[in-house]
Amino acid sequence: MDLVLGVDVGTRMTRAVLLDDRGQILARASRETGARLELAADKVLEAAAALAGVRAHEIGYVASTGYGRFRVPFRQIQITEMTCHAVGARHLFPGTRTVLDMGAMNSRAMRVAESGRVLAFRMNDRCASGAGRFIERVARALEIELDQVGEMSLRAQNPQPISSICAVLAESEVINHVTAGKAPEDILCGTHHSIAERVIALVRQVGAQPEITLTGGVAKNVGLVRALEDRLGIRLNVSSDSEYAGALGAALLGLQRWQRLRESSTTRLDRLRESGN
Amino acid sequence: MLVGGVDVGSTTTKAALLDENKRVRALAIVDTGANVVRAAERAFQEALKLAGVEAWDVAFTVGTGYGRYRVPFGDLQVTEISCHAKGACFLFPKTRTILDMGGQDTKAIRVNELAEVKDFCMNDKCAAGTGRFLAAAAQVLGLELEELGRVAAESSRPLKITNVCTVFVEQEIMMHLARGCRVEDVVAGVHLAIAGRSVALLRRVGLEEEITFTGGVARNAGMVRALEERLQRRLNVAPESQHIGAIGAALFAWERAAHAQAKKLSGDSARPGAGGGGA
Repeated sequence: MDLVLGVDVGTRMTRAVLLDDRGQILARASRETGARLELAADKVLEAAAALAGVRAHEIGYVASTGYGRFRVPFRQIQITEMTCHAVGARHLFPGTRTVLDMGAMNSRAMRVAESGRVLAFRMNDRCASGAGRFIERVARALEIELDQVGEMSLRAQNPQPISSICAVLAESEVINHVTAGKAPEDILCGTHHSIAERVIALVRQVGAQPEITLTGGVAKNVGLVRALEDRLGIRLNVSSDSEYAGALGAALLGLQRWQRLRESSTTRLDRLRESGN
Repeated sequence: MLVGGVDVGSTTTKAALLDENKRVRALAIVDTGANVVRAAERAFQEALKLAGVEAWDVAFTVGTGYGRYRVPFGDLQVTEISCHAKGACFLFPKTRTILDMGGQDTKAIRVNELAEVKDFCMNDKCAAGTGRFLAAAAQVLGLELEELGRVAAESSRPLKITNVCTVFVEQEIMMHLARGCRVEDVVAGVHLAIAGRSVALLRRVGLEEEITFTGGVARNAGMVRALEERLQRRLNVAPESQHIGAIGAALFAWERAAHAQAKKLSGDSARPGAGGGGA
């Protein structure tokens, strides 16, 4: 079987998507990245192979993406996150015209043409104000598990505004809210709205058009999705595969490239055979 | 006569008591915590205890810092900018530029020869270049804030920290450690990065000699060294650098108290018996 793996080494999570030669998803795997990127890449490779019931060496082609894409020792090619997220998002939602990728450290907005080409791109890579890490820090200050934050914020009665733009200074603000007796639901809801405001600025800068597809790990946070939808006034495309969009895009692009390589090598072989005859 | 100054900062609250000769009689410091009013009271009580006096011995008290309006016994509020300028110029009379690095914000202040504020610049939107940046780095490195200066001094080859955002720097530090970089080189790099941010702030107000370094971070010898390296000049650093805001506030209190006393005295002599309730 011809298998292709896409590996997305992100700042918080490393994810892999395994495809067969028709582009069908066979397995998804994710692990925390930690400080040893090569090890994280290895782990998702093994996990994805185990889930699909194949051996790692049966995987014919590997495409890597994410900030650690150059640290995947077994890759054949590395592709930028921007391209991978655009391709992954359009695969999940073919009507996608704008992609909003929200990761732990960076948020990116892209406008894509009908052809899939990226027309405009904006990224917040200097400051964590519109990134998932902002939510992580607030969750930590509130002593709430990250995976509960989204659901919890939906129960807010009286959202508390967070005025700090800086993720670090927001922590002190959150602590002040807590000591003032504010409900954690309300603080979380305010946090989501604050982040939503920051990333919507990015979305507007690329000249967003519907449909808007949300990708990256933060897409799992239903509270943030709600805040974005409230502020944008439209529904967003979100699926359970949104967090895998980068790895999926890498795998799809890897598959294309691998097929092209093989075609060209077979044509070369054919030509050799013809000339030999 | 005694006068008091209370500086309610984001991280710590400081109190200072001065006597009629502007001599420092007591300095106290407590964690601000969530209850700002309590923190102001605790710091003030501690200073009273250290000086061995009672609250009614203090003729006038000035509150400063971000919590200055929540000092219940404050007779007057003065901005921390004016108080730092006042305190710094009192301790180092030739001061023309002040860098105040606190827990959550950093300020650059330019003053004239009369200790009047001519210009100031502040970074309070972002933790980059503030004490919080240092605290975050210390946490990632598993070090105490107090150890940072000593550890930085052991570095022979400081690392270049490329990120500005405190959150991103945490990640950058982890990557450096994973690659086997020495902790002291990382710490020294962090100090130089913050120094770079502060120097930019100082240049915006115009750098004039002498420069006095105030605030809690001024106690960190590593930070002093990093700033001096970046500026290529010496900095004035007082042992009571953390209390300079409170001392400045107490000096404003001294002026008010002295003024009131002078008025009372002149009133008493010019119109005997008419003073009554006083000023």
